[in-house]
Amino acid sequence: MDLFTAIVRGVPLTLGITAASFTLGALLALPLAAGLRARHRAARIPVRLVVDVVRGIPILVWLFLLYFGLSVGAFRLDAVQAAVLTLGGVSAAYLAETYRGAVAAVDRGQWEASRALALPRAAAFATVIAPQAARIALPTATTFALTLLKDSSIPSVIGVTEVAFRTVEQARSTGQGLPAYGVAVALYIVISVPVALLSRYLDHRLRKKVAR
Amino acid sequence: MTAELTGRLPELFDGLKVTLGLTGVSLAWGLPAGLLLALLSSSRRRAVSWPAIAVVEAGRGIPVVVALQFLYYGLPGAGIRLDAVPTVWLAIGFSVAAYSSEIIRAALQSVAEGQREAALALALSRTDTLRYVVLPQALRVALPPLLGLAVQMFQATSLAFAVSVPELTGRAYAIGSATFLYVEVLTIAGIFYALVTLPVIRLVAALERRSGAPAAAPRTKGLPA
Repeated sequence: MDLFTAIVRGVPLTLGITAASFTLGALLALPLAAGLRARHRAARIPVRLVVDVVRGIPILVWLFLLYFGLSVGAFRLDAVQAAVLTLGGVSAAYLAETYRGAVAAVDRGQWEASRALALPRAAAFATVIAPQAARIALPTATTFALTLLKDSSIPSVIGVTEVAFRTVEQARSTGQGLPAYGVAVALYIVISVPVALLSRYLDHRLRKKVAR
Repeated sequence: MTAELTGRLPELFDGLKVTLGLTGVSLAWGLPAGLLLALLSSSRRRAVSWPAIAVVEAGRGIPVVVALQFLYYGLPGAGIRLDAVPTVWLAIGFSVAAYSSEIIRAALQSVAEGQREAALALALSRTDTLRYVVLPQALRVALPPLLGLAVQMFQATSLAFAVSVPELTGRAYAIGSATFLYVEVLTIAGIFYALVTLPVIRLVAALERRSGAPAAAPRTKGLPA
């Protein structure tokens, strides 16, 4: 039981890091996605490059760069801040790609119909395109959130005391790895099932509201 | 760049070779295992499909860091001791198998039913149908997401740091802590990674555009882990 409670104490941090970095990423992805869709190459190409470079370099390398490298004067990130910034930034790049793809996947006819109804472009985007794109993006975004939940274990290597960190700690101190890892795996599954169910519920709701 | 770092560049190159080797072995057994799991999990017999689905869900649900440490620090408790490098092969390859099986399964389902019916009408055996009709078409659909997965797994080998394998990230970290030139050495390591991944990322995007696949297709399809 001791082993179990010791590992469970890492859950709030695992959840907190996942939620904070997903929120950060989901917001940062909006301007990035707009950049990826920009009509002028001068705007589109730099954003494309940033998104690809962020996706092309391992999370652990970004984490080390931010944690050991980012110090301005006396300012230094602590391990949790570095974790949230890293995972948030990486999420932004992946979600920007998701948003871009979702907007592109909305049928062209929707834009044309909006024009025929004399809707201004911005209004057409906000009231016609965006709701449909959101529905298309949702399953991908949820899958990504679950990936992020697992990636939140990466900052354990710089000492963030979330579930994975506490698992190794327990495995080493008790000398019994198997029970510790059993608890960890069960916890990750227990956390991801409600997220999956919530996503299915939201998808169902949106399907009713937004006809395809 | 300081002379100190220039002198250590060969170490980083060696690290890149280790990284490529870890990725290669993991893909070499993970992809065939993924194909096998895809076929098993789409079997109509539950006694066959359920265990396969359980393996896939475990592979997608367990973080690689946890899998690595379980194999490296956990298994010795059960009397099984693995070296660090085979540990990485196993952990990353297991991930490859789980994720690729979902990609391949979706691709198998995307092959039009008429293709199977036509094969049946031509009296092709089940194996021949799979081998000459269904698989070639499915693998063409699966190629872009599989390449995307390969890029992910190439990057995931950096987590071998957790079990002290001297791959690219591990070496960059070691040089950083010896010289305190963290930013410089990690940037070089990042460039090494990007030189491998960026061309593949662009290739995947081009393949997806050409095949007209929905750009919003999930990175990893199927039931959430």
